[in-house]
Amino acid sequence: MAAAGRPGLAGLFAVYKPAGVAWGRVRDAVETRLLRELNAAPVRAPRQRVRFLPAPAPGGGGAVELVAARVPVLADHPLVRGPRFKKLKIGAGHRLDVKASGVFVLGVGHGNKLLTDLYNCHLTKVYIVGGLFGKATDDFSDTGNLVEKTTFDHITREKLERILAVIQGTNQKALLMYSNIDMKTQEAYELAVKGLIRPMGKCPPIITAVRCLHFALPEFQLEIHCLHETQQYLRKMVHEMGLELKSSAVCTQVRRIRDGVFTVDDALPRTQWNLQSIQEAIQNCQLKVETELEKTLGHGKSSPLYQLGGDTAEHALAAAEYDRDVMDSRRKEVNCSSLPPFP
Amino acid sequence: DWDDIPPSSALEVISEEEAVQIIAEPLVPLQSSTLRDYVDHSETLEKLVQLGVDLSQVEKRHKAGQLLLTLDFEKNVKKILLFLKDVGLEDNQLGPFLTKNPYILGEDLEALETRVAYLKSKKFGQSEIAQMVSRAPYLLLFSVERLDNRLGFFKNELGLSVKKTKDLVIRLPRLLTGKLEPVKENLQVCQIELGFQRNEIQQIVYKTPKILTASKKRLKQTFDYLHNIMGIPHHMLTRFPQVFNSKLLRIRERHMFLAFLGRAQYDPAQPSYISLDQLVSLPDEVFCTEIAKASMQDFENFLKTL
Repeated sequence: MAAAGRPGLAGLFAVYKPAGVAWGRVRDAVETRLLRELNAAPVRAPRQRVRFLPAPAPGGGGAVELVAARVPVLADHPLVRGPRFKKLKIGAGHRLDVKASGVFVLGVGHGNKLLTDLYNCHLTKVYIVGGLFGKATDDFSDTGNLVEKTTFDHITREKLERILAVIQGTNQKALLMYSNIDMKTQEAYELAVKGLIRPMGKCPPIITAVRCLHFALPEFQLEIHCLHETQQYLRKMVHEMGLELKSSAVCTQVRRIRDGVFTVDDALPRTQWNLQSIQEAIQNCQLKVETELEKTLGHGKSSPLYQLGGDTAEHALAAAEYDRDVMDSRRKEVNCSSLPPFP
Repeated sequence: DWDDIPPSSALEVISEEEAVQIIAEPLVPLQSSTLRDYVDHSETLEKLVQLGVDLSQVEKRHKAGQLLLTLDFEKNVKKILLFLKDVGLEDNQLGPFLTKNPYILGEDLEALETRVAYLKSKKFGQSEIAQMVSRAPYLLLFSVERLDNRLGFFKNELGLSVKKTKDLVIRLPRLLTGKLEPVKENLQVCQIELGFQRNEIQQIVYKTPKILTASKKRLKQTFDYLHNIMGIPHHMLTRFPQVFNSKLLRIRERHMFLAFLGRAQYDPAQPSYISLDQLVSLPDEVFCTEIAKASMQDFENFLKTL
């Protein structure tokens, strides 16, 4: 089978999901556009076969004799066979709900395997969350049913930043707890000083960093770095912040500007969802993704196990043990630089 | 008797002439889910492929593949193809037509002729009938009473003059072949929920009959955005009903871009007025350069900030 046709259409790329559209529709739209372009390429000619057709005999009269002729096999005709590509394997990375927008990672063909690896890297995502003081709704966003209206004149930037510091403190404790590091070791201290601790297993949503970008009553904007979150959790956080400030708040905008190694600059807007741009995007992001996976999980071309070659069960088992050792003891080879320094 | 003549063995030696006369082709499968297995052995299917019928689509239809295999080209199919040519369909239109409606090849020729005669009696011209049939392939499968009922329904519901109703039906013959309940509901939605007057609805439907078959949720969402957020009054929407046909996402992105640039002016009395049909129907590059007076790159960068 011509699996994902051409060379280069296997890998990861990021797309900018517009607000108001479900993520499934975005994935389907990208698949439809790619299929349309792939099917527009010229089809190979139908194969020929030799058939003996009746033809009038050269001697004249009513005699009919069989003549060998090369005819195309109609079962290979494009109108009978249908389009060459009917489906493409496009997988989605971290999902975005209907009201949110931002960087949405998709994988094509063999790139889908890298999606699970990226998920296991547990890299942080960065969101820009816009909020509005003064009202509270039932689903924490500005399109829900209004529950209450409050005053907000008493809120100042310092009060907001104090609340943000409290949130960061509690989340930092949770971070240390879930990353399963023995706090009494020297290595743990050094990693914590550099800010390289993160949980590598299942954990509830953790916010690693928050700051206030913009504050003009009643609106405000926050930049949130988080792990394992959902967009509704972020909206609930905005609502709770409003309650802490003795007022109420709703979330007007949730926009993801970074998902692991993919930033807004790498994401393709709707006008560029075509075969060529996607191929270029895959090429551009390939190196970044490989370096990140190699650093975090120890896989990839420079890992010693890959160089041993072969795909036998013992190598796979040894690879699994190697991963587990790396994760558990946190040796210095692990150099997770996914949390950028806080400006 | 069974025991007298021994069965011939496959390893028996036979003469050259006998050997040449043995034709051993693989058997045609008795059951198959595609028409690919039969297309080389059936003259009907071969001629249809040469006409341009897309058999991969036809075989997905309900019992259509079975029908095509049971028909004979000389006896049944040829007469109907000649009839379609008489109605006015061109040669290159026959392929797509039969792809969408293969069932017409199993219809009775006299019934089809009565239906065309009925349409002609309602004063539809020859070219107009050809246009209607090519745009709505299922039209000729409807009996005369059904067609009559449907034409009457549209005349009563829309309240337009006979000539205008006929013009509407010629431009969108899909109305006659589709369901009628959703059309009635759409008219109710336009009147009650969107708040258009009866004559405004008539004008809108005459300009863009597609509104009658649009989904109600999409209509309501588009109207909500246009009227409440963009602030466009009813009479402007009556003048440019094409906006209801386009996607809400497109309208929203373009409007927000214009608002960001400060050019969102939809009132014809003010300067630098942008008409709604230009907002919606122009392709992206033309929209950026002419209406927004910005580059495509700026538009894309703006899209990434929404």
